[in-house]
Amino acid sequence: MSNILSVRGVSRTFRSGQGETLALQATDLQVAENDFVTILGPSGCGKSTLLRIVAGLDHPTAGEVQLDGRRIEGPGADRGMVFQSYTLFPWLTVLDNVCFGLRERGRARPEQLEVANGFIAKVGLRGFEHHFPKQLSGGMQQRTAIARALANGPRILLMDEPFGALDHQTRELMQELLLGIWEAERKTVLFVTHDIDEAVFMGSRVVVMSARPGRIKLDRPVPIAHPRHYSVKTTPAFSELKAELTEQVRVEVRAAQAQAAAS
Amino acid sequence: MKPLVPVTPAARIALGIAFFVVFVAGWSLATFGGFVSKTFLADPLQMLRSGWTLMTTMGFGWDIGWTVWRVFGGFLIAAVLALPLGVAMGAYKPVEAFFEPFISFSRYLPATAFIPLLILWAGIGEAQKLALIFIGSFFQLVLMIAVIVGNTRRDLVEAAYTLGVGDRGLIRRVLIPGAAPEIAEVLRMVLGWAWTYVIVAELIGASAGIGHMITDSQALLATDQIIFGIIVIGLIGLASDLLFKWANRRLFPWAALGR
Repeated sequence: MSNILSVRGVSRTFRSGQGETLALQATDLQVAENDFVTILGPSGCGKSTLLRIVAGLDHPTAGEVQLDGRRIEGPGADRGMVFQSYTLFPWLTVLDNVCFGLRERGRARPEQLEVANGFIAKVGLRGFEHHFPKQLSGGMQQRTAIARALANGPRILLMDEPFGALDHQTRELMQELLLGIWEAERKTVLFVTHDIDEAVFMGSRVVVMSARPGRIKLDRPVPIAHPRHYSVKTTPAFSELKAELTEQVRVEVRAAQAQAAAS
Repeated sequence: MKPLVPVTPAARIALGIAFFVVFVAGWSLATFGGFVSKTFLADPLQMLRSGWTLMTTMGFGWDIGWTVWRVFGGFLIAAVLALPLGVAMGAYKPVEAFFEPFISFSRYLPATAFIPLLILWAGIGEAQKLALIFIGSFFQLVLMIAVIVGNTRRDLVEAAYTLGVGDRGLIRRVLIPGAAPEIAEVLRMVLGWAWTYVIVAELIGASAGIGHMITDSQALLATDQIIFGIIVIGLIGLASDLLFKWANRRLFPWAALGR
């Protein structure tokens, strides 16, 4: 499989009144077409920064990101993003939110509707097309956000803890839903989370980042075949990988806490 | 009563009306009871009687029409110019940096203090009155619109960028629709201020209008007519306010959800 996304020596330093903070050390990451890569790490480790740089919403201090061999200079429709916060446009209905990107590219309304309705059905929101975001639960809003990102036909889907604000039960259902969509659509996904279960269950590859300044310290394929059913969470292969990752992440959380205590 | 606990809609209306009743009762007591001389304060009945005379025989409806036209005319000019400038300032920080200090300064210039100058420049005709309302509302509108547009949620802006919008699309499809309900609220509020300016403009050098009637009545010590004029202003203001609120709810149903 060819690499679709290539992160080369990307680092990020934030400057503030107190001086400079290195958020992300020089990082390399290759993502293959159709891969589902989960990035795992303690909070503040720079994993969201890395994702935002890939999205073009933040700029690297050094290094570069290439998508299909082209250098990324800013945000674009080829990289769809789902955020942790609810970012549906509150003045648009579910249907018009999903049509947003298509309309921006000047697609005819019938085509917009056809694509949008297809994705609304895939995320199980048929019947809610004319609801406003405020009339939906958090889970439904994130499902709409996923449909909105997918309707745009991006090369890669970037997800920044998209289920982080949801309750545990909703979260598990959303994981299955997204995994089902990925298994059907075979989109390339880069998924940031701090939930180890989520990282292993969703990813075909898990990348663990160290405490700040972040760097990739571990890169593991997930030896579980697709399609996955939620029952895989109780298999030995799952538990084994989870145990290893738990240990690795724990060390980093400790390091992050020690840093916080020292500063 | 417990803090912040809402009242039922029926109780809300009843309480709102109750205060009007208390107010008129106090006024009646003071005047009919002979506590206040008729020279200084007319009683409610006298006020209604002379109001009727004003409307039927003295063409006060004409004055009201003039005043309403001035308010909406001046306000409309201010709003039409303030909207694009406010949006441009909110969206583009260099534009804001260029205009903001001067407009902040102008905002504190008392509009009514311009009356002598405006009479000098524009005479005592309609232009002077429209100009006063313009000065009184334009600078306030521009600043508030700029703040509202500038406060657009950054995560919505970022989401729009990842969906492929350019800068123009961002302004047209995110900044403006997102700010619209709050801008409409600001328009409603500033329209209320425009009402106070129009009356001041009409107190000086006008030949028609509610303010003009009030100055005429002052010469005659006709407190009943003055009070009637003031109440008419209040009622028109209340009506336009309700109309605005209703229109905002109809235009922006999503903004009222979940409040």
